[in-house]
Amino acid sequence: MSDILGMIIYILKGSLITLKLYIVTIVLSIPLGVLGALGKISKSKLLSSFVGFYTWIFRGTPLLLQLFFIYFGLPHFLGINFSKFQAASLTFILNYGAYFTEIFRGGILSIDKGQYEAAKVLGLSYPQTMRRIILPQTIRRVLPATSNEAITLVKDTALVTAISMEDLLRNANQIVAREYTIIPFVIAGVIYLVLTSIIVWIFRKLEEKYSIYE
Amino acid sequence: MKMIYVDNISKKFGSLEVLKDISLEVKKGEVISIIGPSGSGKSTFLRSLILLEQIDKGRIEIEGIPISAFDDKGKRISLPRKDVKDGVRKMGMVFQNFHLFPHKTVLENVIEAPIIVNKLDKKEAVSLGEELLKKVGLLDKKDSYPSQISGGQKQRVAIARALAMKPDIMLFDEPTSALDPELVGEVLGVIKNLAKENMTMLIVTHEMGFAKEVSDRVVFMDKGEIIEDAPPNKLFNNPDHPRIKAFLEKILK
Repeated sequence: MSDILGMIIYILKGSLITLKLYIVTIVLSIPLGVLGALGKISKSKLLSSFVGFYTWIFRGTPLLLQLFFIYFGLPHFLGINFSKFQAASLTFILNYGAYFTEIFRGGILSIDKGQYEAAKVLGLSYPQTMRRIILPQTIRRVLPATSNEAITLVKDTALVTAISMEDLLRNANQIVAREYTIIPFVIAGVIYLVLTSIIVWIFRKLEEKYSIYE
Repeated sequence: MKMIYVDNISKKFGSLEVLKDISLEVKKGEVISIIGPSGSGKSTFLRSLILLEQIDKGRIEIEGIPISAFDDKGKRISLPRKDVKDGVRKMGMVFQNFHLFPHKTVLENVIEAPIIVNKLDKKEAVSLGEELLKKVGLLDKKDSYPSQISGGQKQRVAIARALAMKPDIMLFDEPTSALDPELVGEVLGVIKNLAKENMTMLIVTHEMGFAKEVSDRVVFMDKGEIIEDAPPNKLFNNPDHPRIKAFLEKILK
């Protein structure tokens, strides 16, 4: 029994790394996605093609490859050394930022043109229109897709095992290798389920909150 | 005083000429209805006045401020941005499909621009908003969302929202065309009250009875041109142009 408790504690310690990576990624990739979306719909050809190139790269190659590239490749090419956590955070933020860019862009474009016209004849500037009128309506429309990404991210964090970060999955895996038991995998599975259930619950609450006006 | 001065404006969408050499002058307090078959350029004309569309030729002045102008060679004259803004701000506009902000309550819709654009403080804005909602008879709906009220109510909110910016001129782009017939009256009633208060108004409409009753002048447009601009009695009873007779016969039948 105390064995299993020990396992749980060890795996939970790994979960903290997973959680930290998760929070950093969500907190930074969502604003990155908003900026990316605004860049992609901007009238500036240069800006929109730059963002287009970014999403093309990050949505078109495997996340694991990006992680390897940033952790092993960048130090080699640029002489920048990242800690494992920094490399993983950077990779996840850039990767998820690319997906959020596309999701938010679609959301913004789905807002009726009349909203822009109404704001314009009332004297609102473009930034005011975006901030006060368009983006708040976009939030509601992109919640379901954002929720999907947020759930996928919980599971994608397990990829950091590949650069030997001591996350939830790696800690579980270590015990499995040492003790010849698959109980740690069950424990890990349960923790992932708890985490994703929390995310689902949060998004359900958000959708309720934003549905009052429809 | 000329509130609106439009001199020979033209506008093309691709190769389609939607406005052809239109000229119009509107004096303070005048109510002008613009009628005509669909596709005649009525809405485009109204939208050009408030710069939702850019004209290709001619000149538009609002209360003496040029907001869109071309020189003799057909080159756009660059105008001071602030003047253009000031000119445009003298107008308020109401759309066929209301375009209320769905994520904001009725009151929030009305006070949004006064707060954000005019930097009015919240308390003043709320009392202005409540006063305007009272005027359009919707004070009891101030905390509702647009999705919770009827089309006629939405359009009255849209009118209050436009009035909150204290425009000198109101532009109405088919304000009752998206409404169920029984809701048309309440919106026309609000517009009639504005006419009594001497608001300068341009109204694109298909409501002939209303145009006859409320207008000082009726402008008939067809194929991008103003065919006739006359007092309602003249235009409805004895128009110069056979096309107007044909149009009126068709809709009054």
